[in-house]
Amino acid sequence: MRPVFTVLRKELRENLRDRRTFMSALLIGTVLMPLLVGLLVNLTVRRGQSQDNKPVSLAVVHGERAPGLLAQLRQYRIDVLTVDLDDAAARAAVRHQRPRLVLAIPDNYASQLAQGQPAPVLLYSDSSDVADASDVGRVRAVLGRVSSETARLRLMARGVDPTVLSAIAVQDVDVATPTSRSVLILGTLTYIILLTMLMGGLHVTLDATAGERERGSLESLLTVPVPREQLIYGKILAACVFMVLSLTLNVCAVALALRYVGLENLGMNVNLNLPVILKLILSCAPLAPLGASLMTIVAAYTRSYREAQTYVGLVLLIPTLPLIFANTLGLRPTLWLMMVPSLSQHFLVTGLLRGEPVGALYAGLSVSVSLLLGLAAAYAAGRLYHREALLG
Amino acid sequence: MIEARHLHKRFGAVTAVHDVSLSALDGRITGLLGPNGAGKSTTLRMLYTVLQPDGGDAFIDGISANGQSLEARRRMGVLPHGAGVYPHLTARENILYFGELHGLSGSDCSRRAAQLIELLEMADFADRHAKGFSQGQRLKTALARALVHDPRNILLDEPTNGLDVMAVRTLRALLLKLKAAGRCILFSSHVMQEVAVLCDDVVVIAGGRVVADGTPEELRARAGTADLEEAFIRFLEAAGRP
Repeated sequence: MRPVFTVLRKELRENLRDRRTFMSALLIGTVLMPLLVGLLVNLTVRRGQSQDNKPVSLAVVHGERAPGLLAQLRQYRIDVLTVDLDDAAARAAVRHQRPRLVLAIPDNYASQLAQGQPAPVLLYSDSSDVADASDVGRVRAVLGRVSSETARLRLMARGVDPTVLSAIAVQDVDVATPTSRSVLILGTLTYIILLTMLMGGLHVTLDATAGERERGSLESLLTVPVPREQLIYGKILAACVFMVLSLTLNVCAVALALRYVGLENLGMNVNLNLPVILKLILSCAPLAPLGASLMTIVAAYTRSYREAQTYVGLVLLIPTLPLIFANTLGLRPTLWLMMVPSLSQHFLVTGLLRGEPVGALYAGLSVSVSLLLGLAAAYAAGRLYHREALLG
Repeated sequence: MIEARHLHKRFGAVTAVHDVSLSALDGRITGLLGPNGAGKSTTLRMLYTVLQPDGGDAFIDGISANGQSLEARRRMGVLPHGAGVYPHLTARENILYFGELHGLSGSDCSRRAAQLIELLEMADFADRHAKGFSQGQRLKTALARALVHDPRNILLDEPTNGLDVMAVRTLRALLLKLKAAGRCILFSSHVMQEVAVLCDDVVVIAGGRVVADGTPEELRARAGTADLEEAFIRFLEAAGRP
């Protein structure tokens, strides 16, 4: 097996001197991605904070008919501004989002209220406007509160205990721990971590296969007295080294970025200390041989570095597929799912980030199945390089 | 000593080599001469074991290129057509890499590399990255790489393609030196002058078949002309492939 390490050493040395490797393995993974993550999380945190505090603005038609109601709305931090619109104008205005919400007070409002009858109000909103949904909800909740408050007062005035109105008292019990709440954001982190890891080995793989053929050094290499599969194993191993290097740098950089962003604003306490970082790396690294081997296999069928780049780019999409299923179907770790590469890494990583790591059996299963598949793919790549069409 | 016996090779529906038998002896330079597409490269590739023949076999010092390809490769130094070098390694590192792959020990390897660098007059660029090398410098590097394990048999596929006069001259001198050291040298070319100047034996192939072989004198005599180029043309015409 000595030639495997000769090839490995040479590929490492050559690629460390290559600017393209530096870009794909080290720069993109460690600088750009954490910046992106930091920005993303920061924005989400800010948005989550601002939505609760921001006053809702509400345009009111014929506000003079309900001065009491307007005063109560203002108490609940709703900005009331008076406008003069008829029904058609109000509909048109809301459809064009200016203003987004219109409350109209009909002329019988005051008389109905005085008679103790339901007093009508019209709330114009556009339910297809998603950004608007929480504002409508807040206005409706405030109106409901005002309504029940008034009803309560009426009952008390007639000598009835207002509690008769509450037949059922619902109490919400939210079991979300502070950490699990932010997992949605962190779920995308798995994808970014795996993607940058694979990208770390991308250039090395392409250069060692399609690139070597394009430069015309492959044929010379095949005349040395070393079985072809050993040459390929050396190259795959080199790609793995770069992937793990990229993964390590990337996880550390992401951890730093998350620390800086301050996730405690989301009520999250991910403690990204050294053991957790190590476990994150150990969870993802077993996917490297499979990724490198698959890229090598794809590169074997292409004629040039550029062509290989196109197709190997598609390989990078493969690990995203299980992640999409995981997110849309809300998958939970099971014995079988822990055998799916990339999905099992997703479970391991989210588990670690939640502070609820999956069991040792599951972790072991993920590591061993991914590694076994990687070995099988490496073997297949080795067989493939016995093809004569390889020389082009 | 290199021996080919009834080599045959197909690529899909196209037969590149129909039937090629030849032998290249130790201490002699043998030229494989033929027009473009005659099957020179395919024949050489079968000899240096990167292609497997569909029929026939080749023997390197009596070792089957087909059955014991690793053992056969140990005895060959190969310069493939348009051989490239690793751009981010220096010329010396390129040579050392192949030395290691041939199983040379570290000290043997560096001694041999130093020897070749001197022999091929590479000293002024030996420790520069190969990225900016001229074609001549690249060829010297690739050649030194092919010779790092001091092989008894040397195969070169169109080695002078795209080289200037000085580089061709260096190559020629090297081949003569190797010949004097008793090595077996087989190289392909479509350039008549080169073959005429250098070769002890010539094998003319056309359409995947050997159409003539012998020393340049024998070929001239057989074709009934004093000019080797004219002889070459006559053989091709006789084979029905001008």
